[in-house]
Amino acid sequence: MKKLVLLTSTFLFVFALSACGGSDAVKFGVIGPLTGEYSQYGLAVENGAKLAAAEINADGGVLGKDLEIVAYDSKGDPAEGVQAYNRLVDQDEIDALIGGTFSGVTLAVKELAVQDGLPVLTPTATNPDVTLNADNVFRACYTDSYQGSVAAVFAAENLESEKAAILFNRDDAYSEGLAKAFGAEYDARSLEYDEFEFGKDDDDYSALLSNIKAGGYDVVFLPAYIAEVGKVLTQAKSLGLDVPFVGGDGWDGIEESYADVAEGFYFANHYAKTDTSTVVQDFVANYEEEYDSAPNALAALAYDAVYAMAEAMEAAGSTDYADVVAALQSLNYQDAVTGSISFDSNGDPIKSVTIIKLVNGVHVVETKVNAS
Amino acid sequence: MDLFIEQLINGLNTGSIYALIAVGYTMVYGIIRLINFAHGEIMMFGAYFAFIFAFMMPFELPFLVVIVITMIFAALMGMLIERVAYKRLRTAPRISALITAIGMSLFLQNLALLIFGATPWVMKPLISTEPIVIGNFSIARLTVLTIGLSIFFMVLLTLFVRKTKPGKAMRAVSQDKEAAVLMGINVNRIISLTFALGSALGALAGVFYAMQYTNVESTLGVLPGLKAFVAAVFGGIGNITGAMIGGYLIGIIETFVKAYISSKWVDAIVFGLLILTLLFKPSGLLGKNEKEKV
Amino acid sequence: MKNFNYKNLGKNALFVNLAAVFVLFIVLFALVATGILSRYLTSILILILVMIIMSTSLNIATGFLGQLHLGHAAFMGIGAYTASLLGILLRDAIASDILLFIISTIGAMVLAGIAGLLIGWPALRLKGDYLGIMTLGFGEIVKTIITNMKGLTNGAQGLYGIPKIMNFPTAFWTTVFVVTLIFLFMNSRHGRAILSIREDEIASESVGINISRYKLLGFVIASMFAAVGGSIFAFNIGFIAPQSFNFLRSVEIFVIVVLGGMGSLTGSIVASIVLVSLPELLREFSSYRYLLYSSLLVTMMLFRPQGLMGTKEFNLQKLLPKRFTEDDDLYDSKGSDS
Repeated sequence: MKKLVLLTSTFLFVFALSACGGSDAVKFGVIGPLTGEYSQYGLAVENGAKLAAAEINADGGVLGKDLEIVAYDSKGDPAEGVQAYNRLVDQDEIDALIGGTFSGVTLAVKELAVQDGLPVLTPTATNPDVTLNADNVFRACYTDSYQGSVAAVFAAENLESEKAAILFNRDDAYSEGLAKAFGAEYDARSLEYDEFEFGKDDDDYSALLSNIKAGGYDVVFLPAYIAEVGKVLTQAKSLGLDVPFVGGDGWDGIEESYADVAEGFYFANHYAKTDTSTVVQDFVANYEEEYDSAPNALAALAYDAVYAMAEAMEAAGSTDYADVVAALQSLNYQDAVTGSISFDSNGDPIKSVTIIKLVNGVHVVETKVNAS
Repeated sequence: MDLFIEQLINGLNTGSIYALIAVGYTMVYGIIRLINFAHGEIMMFGAYFAFIFAFMMPFELPFLVVIVITMIFAALMGMLIERVAYKRLRTAPRISALITAIGMSLFLQNLALLIFGATPWVMKPLISTEPIVIGNFSIARLTVLTIGLSIFFMVLLTLFVRKTKPGKAMRAVSQDKEAAVLMGINVNRIISLTFALGSALGALAGVFYAMQYTNVESTLGVLPGLKAFVAAVFGGIGNITGAMIGGYLIGIIETFVKAYISSKWVDAIVFGLLILTLLFKPSGLLGKNEKEKV
Repeated sequence: MKNFNYKNLGKNALFVNLAAVFVLFIVLFALVATGILSRYLTSILILILVMIIMSTSLNIATGFLGQLHLGHAAFMGIGAYTASLLGILLRDAIASDILLFIISTIGAMVLAGIAGLLIGWPALRLKGDYLGIMTLGFGEIVKTIITNMKGLTNGAQGLYGIPKIMNFPTAFWTTVFVVTLIFLFMNSRHGRAILSIREDEIASESVGINISRYKLLGFVIASMFAAVGGSIFAFNIGFIAPQSFNFLRSVEIFVIVVLGGMGSLTGSIVASIVLVSLPELLREFSSYRYLLYSSLLVTMMLFRPQGLMGTKEFNLQKLLPKRFTEDDDLYDSKGSDS
């Protein structure tokens, strides 16, 4: 019995202790998949954010204090993301959230953020619902409705497609959002398309791909993450499916492991590493020096998001949630790597879409579509 | 018609993998009445071993050598697990053995996570990716290899069990352990052999799986393991031919459901099949009806 | 509960246990209310309470009944989704949080009970391994159905916007209520019938106990309580997804029951506390969590299959001087210190 009492009080004590914390830095939280099959994305966001923070600190910090990035792993799972959010707000007492990375996670966290009034600037979540009816939630990237329709316009006009197959992940808000937007644009242009859905636990897409092969489509739109895209393209190739594939910004980084099966295909992105502007080239150079690899679009977006949030905080003059949110609403951040960031009434910026083609495993800018 | 045949081949492809795994389940169950939940993890380790021997060695190894070495390592692993975890529980209540198997499965998954990391290893092609063209059809080289090698090894196993002395000993032990001891059979060794053979085939399945689906991760064996288990029950648990047929059938059913209905009902249908089998013919397609002794 | 002999329980036992529970509540509530335990840690505490409900309810089917049940999380899922949808639907109509919780939970229990009936009736015809696999299969099917009812549940993308009406007192007292009910049930005539089935099915049948009826009863009750756990879970986080109620979750709950001792409610409670709080406290080592779980499980099965407490219950009264425990013959043959 004594042991039980001792054990219980130890637990409670440790519980209480872990509640202590707090320091004199300004803290931005980051939520993304840091481990697992999507870690490529989360780590990019974390690295981009930390690079920005390091530069800002070298320049005097935010409101005279050091900027600290606290990153937690969502594993790409909305439930984990919610846990991470709670920890960031309760334990680490963050002043702002740069996250989530995935749309699905961000949607799950959005309700909580709205209740808390926390300033949220997601660098990469593209699902339109993320900023809907949420005054304190903003994003640094374009939305899926925009991305999907630009991809459709590209397929229809540049690739002269008349009948597309849309192959998407029904278990993912991002994939589904893009698929629907693509389809809507085809509808508006009276073009034919068919939807083929798979689930997140599926590994074998051969049944779907055989159907697609037999259906006579001239383009396959595959808005998914690299883990799925790689598998699909590998199986497509071995089945002899010889049709151009078009993807979304989730494809960025596919050349790392899947260069040969993705050769000659296209995807929508937020920027191109090869853009000659000073801002982009400086960013790429600094990132490569720090992390020994080239930055993908997510890293660039995270970098921009941190700078944008820091600038809003400086303009607000405090870390008070409501003040920062107000400052974000009137923000006009010009020198972003991915294009200027200023928000419409929803919290969405007006950005351009870059269509990239993979040639010999290298990103080549195929075309750039400016915002309308 | 062409599409139908292509889907059939897809089904046989998936089915080969399930069949290889199912055989392992069924052999172990036949001999010690244990559902070796950890079998899916042997498959997963097989995939990792193949990756290591193919890409991480200082020298280049031919494809077939990689496969053989992988199977040998997996066999050793299977025997080790049996010795460490299951041997003590041969006389224990079935519930304890089952729980231990579940625990072993979780343990191996997380061991792999620890050793190999959470980021999936992407398998580069081990054989040419050029399809084989026969008239109208083009089949992937890998598909031909998967179906072909699976059938080859399973025929080999069947011959082994039917014609050789250790094979007959295996059948004897699964029929009546006490009588087998009386006949002078070293039961421990036969059980180890069973685990070795089952694990080797399971690992082969893992290699094919990795080559087809490129991502090697610690949870690779969970879902295929479960489905192969359903296949083993469906075909008749304890019956090797039943496991093979069950595996191919489940593979084909799965593919046709994905092709003509939707992949979202695959799990429900496969497990529904399991439940129907257990309710109406628990001995499966080829199993014998065993009356439970009072 | 008819046929329950209150005299045997003894007024003293009741008083002592009630007092202990109240003291515990006051201590924890103070920690929560004053903010010493942050919202995040309170959430963990509530999760512990949920697991206590899940493991004690599984104990009815597995520990006491002796049946291998690997699909318990599915009923938690049914409960969570039903309660969530009712909560979202009735949020505007019902102002009181407590009332909303109670009504949603009752709805959840009803649906889970029906599901338990539908699943238990065919499943319980089998025994041992086969029953385990059946329940596993049913668990996966339930999860697939929930995922595929996308219009209602939003599928694998998860259901959000669930009113966050859970707080520590509600969770605590609901848990106390459930555990007490389970305890009373197991000490009633019905409970003893269930225990006899575990000990020797054939013998109990020959004594006139309708084993199919009792197996089903135990299974359905376990499912209904699982729904309560699911309801608290959902109203606590405000967001649920089908993958939270998969086979792995069933195994987690099962591990807690086995490690605590199949047939010991106190064992389940202690194991729940330890196995939920430890990985959270050691978050840096969370990658080792399942490694720890599973090696513990294997080791336990090999060396101490009866778990931490076997089939015994912890008896507070052993702490008190003899004169308080005179007329309690309930614990004569059953209870003792660990």
